[in-house]
Amino acid sequence: MPLGHLAPKLSPDQFDRNFAEISPLMTERQAAIEAARCLYCFDAPCTKACPTHIDVPAFIKKISTRNLPGSAREILSANILGHSCGRVCPTEVLCEGACVMHEKGESPIEIGRLQRYAVEYVLANHIRLASAGPPNGKRVASIGAGPAGLACAAELAKCGYAVVVYDRNALPGGLNTYGIAAYKMRAAESVREAELVEQLGVQFYQGMEIGKDISFTELERQFDAIFIGVGLGETWELGIPGEELEGVWGAIELIERSKIAPLDIEMGRKVACIGAGNTAIDVVTAARRLGAETVYLIYRRGEPEMPAFAYEYELAKHDGVSFLWQTQPVRVLGKNGVVTGLECVRTQLASPDRRGRRSPVPVAGTEFQLDVDMVVRALGQRPTTDFLRAVEGLEINSDGTVKINDRHQTGNPKYFAGGDCTNGGKEVVDAVAEGMAAARGLDAWLGSSKGKR
Amino acid sequence: MADLRVKFAGMTSLNPFWLASGPPTNTAGQVMRAFDAGWGGAVWKTIGEPIVNTSSRYGAIDFNGTKVMGFNNIELISDRPTEVNFREIYEVKKRYPQNLVIASLMVESKRETWHQMVRRAEDAGSDALELNFGCPHGMSERGMGSAVGQVPEYTEMITRWVKEVARVPVIVKLTPNVTSVAHIAKAAERGGADAVSLINTINSLMGVDLENFSPRPNVGGKSTHGGYCGPAVKPIALHLVSTVAKNSHVPISGIGGIGDWHDAAEHIVLGASTVQVCTAAMHYGFRIVEDMIDGLSQYMDDHGFGTIEDFRGRALGNVVDWGDLDLNYKIIAEIHSELCIGCQLCYVACEDGAHQSIEPYRDAQKKNANGFGVHLPRIVEEECVGCNLCALVCPVETCITMKQVDAGRSPMSWNDRMRQRAASCQPPMASGD
Repeated sequence: MPLGHLAPKLSPDQFDRNFAEISPLMTERQAAIEAARCLYCFDAPCTKACPTHIDVPAFIKKISTRNLPGSAREILSANILGHSCGRVCPTEVLCEGACVMHEKGESPIEIGRLQRYAVEYVLANHIRLASAGPPNGKRVASIGAGPAGLACAAELAKCGYAVVVYDRNALPGGLNTYGIAAYKMRAAESVREAELVEQLGVQFYQGMEIGKDISFTELERQFDAIFIGVGLGETWELGIPGEELEGVWGAIELIERSKIAPLDIEMGRKVACIGAGNTAIDVVTAARRLGAETVYLIYRRGEPEMPAFAYEYELAKHDGVSFLWQTQPVRVLGKNGVVTGLECVRTQLASPDRRGRRSPVPVAGTEFQLDVDMVVRALGQRPTTDFLRAVEGLEINSDGTVKINDRHQTGNPKYFAGGDCTNGGKEVVDAVAEGMAAARGLDAWLGSSKGKR
Repeated sequence: MADLRVKFAGMTSLNPFWLASGPPTNTAGQVMRAFDAGWGGAVWKTIGEPIVNTSSRYGAIDFNGTKVMGFNNIELISDRPTEVNFREIYEVKKRYPQNLVIASLMVESKRETWHQMVRRAEDAGSDALELNFGCPHGMSERGMGSAVGQVPEYTEMITRWVKEVARVPVIVKLTPNVTSVAHIAKAAERGGADAVSLINTINSLMGVDLENFSPRPNVGGKSTHGGYCGPAVKPIALHLVSTVAKNSHVPISGIGGIGDWHDAAEHIVLGASTVQVCTAAMHYGFRIVEDMIDGLSQYMDDHGFGTIEDFRGRALGNVVDWGDLDLNYKIIAEIHSELCIGCQLCYVACEDGAHQSIEPYRDAQKKNANGFGVHLPRIVEEECVGCNLCALVCPVETCITMKQVDAGRSPMSWNDRMRQRAASCQPPMASGD
């Protein structure tokens, strides 16, 4: 059943224009000037602020001296996904937020863009920087080829493990490939980055679901240890009537489509997105750029409580999104099984509770209806509880995340875990840091490459 | 309003700003445009037997994204016939009688040849002559330029030859590529020089292309040593100008690293009466003189100096031998934490490069606008030797300053100390002797 009103489809040219990179690759001159601005701080706050602790002043200095392979080596040895992190990290709340230039009254060093510049050089010139360690005879499987799985696999390969990555998607990269707005990074860029891991001898099996295509028992038989980096699952439901109607989407599903088959999407003319996190921003900006005329971002709290980063909020404002603060959806309206509107109610914010959060309370009599063709849920992702329950001995926290110890080992000692499935959903760079930490924990547990690194 | 006119070896210059002999003073067209822009004088590109130049001829050093911190050239003297140069000098003087045109000369070391050149330069209307005893490259291989200026006897002899016939003031241009510039300046004085100018360029090799191992400036894959100048050489020039100022009695035209009125004023307070500029004009054009004039006037007005002579040489008395410095003058560093940005460059510089007198932050007491802690280093005052390094490397103006502390002792220099020791070590005078 088609939607009520469809936005006109984009031509390939329009798509390229609308989803052009918001932060393009620096030119050699731009990089030289920006790198020369870096003060080369000692014990630098940017490095501390980075979850993977990339030695930022060191890699920027190497750009200054035109030692780009050395610069990329500095980055990638701390973070194998340095390329995508350079593109998608919320640098303003990480390295660039900590940059001493703020205190100096200047704009912070563009660390993310410089990082991408250095790594792009080795990717474009096919320069190999790292190699697999001497084989130690141990085999490890990673379930999931997202940032955590890739980081864990790369780290283990460098230690000499034979690593096999199983992933249920057609392409590796996880949310980097499927879940990040196309104007930040195209899917092909994420896939290209996964090749860095492949170069270390890691084997990839895409389109494989553990528990279906291979049993857990079989996996445990073949491998000495297993890393779980499965991320999160489907987007949370709204829990209101009408949710089953044609035209109600999950945020991740929409973004995935916008990256993999953008020209086939049937985009409504009027779109409502529920939620105000960074993923919601990706949704509303994608909807506008895919041709939707009116896009509402609906949030039950106010603008000050919005969880999206300031930079992301600016993007949505720039794209002409309408924000409905203190508004809560009541039910999705439809006709013939297709969305025709969304009934909402205004809320009031209660006094802050003990944790300082102000819960929204619907105000009776303030109900109103929005005329929309599409409703997108952007309330965060659910844990993959069913999948996780299938692993014997795995303990699951009350919020659905996998319980791990400080070595990233789960309740089943053969299984380690990291990334969104353990932290509940954070940044790519956090997943990388955790994947690497899990690799170190796993290596310590298997105890086979002590002192070899 | 400050009066920028300056007397120099009997001439009056509209202001102390001259273009030095070099590419900017190669032709009448350039010199006239320079005078229109405000330059008080111009030392013509050195005239002699026309030469053939190479390409390329110039090299530069950039520093941290800033272009041309240092510059060098392997260009020789004028490549135009002498009669063309003299005819153009005549034309320029006719149109710009107020501005000084100084002919820079360099010929083979023959008395007759020098006499002839001097007469021709004067006939053309040159206000003064500058003898180029300084160029370190090319011409020196032919027995001219610094080959003369490096030998006091030659300098004295040729200056004397020139003075035998010259009716206009004679300025001897000195090379810094000597052990003691004061000796050469003295030799020029003995030869009768009316003034000296310094410094000429410093011998240098600009660098090497590491891909093809061709030194710079590249002439078909090869290069040669050339004359170094530009902002980087100012400290060397200031030292040599002050040395000559202390030891000679003739006026000085200061040259070396002058790009703005600050640089010019520094040359002047160390003894120069006029200053000469080349590299900065090659980099930015003649227009730079506008702020040189404006800025120097403002400085003089602010300080109540009516004329250049009112402050010329003011700092010279403060340039002393090391042995006369007060060893009991004590300063220590002070970090103004409200300005500190937390880069810790002072910490690492002091720890690795100086005297281990700065402690890194312990707890970040300060947060930046994004909530990140700012590292605040601390001076260990008991350990600080007052060397200045931290204040020099700090990227924030006035964040680290040096404060004077009472050493509890009266001023005492090394020389004082030696004198005291000598006095106390003397054999006691026999009383009643």
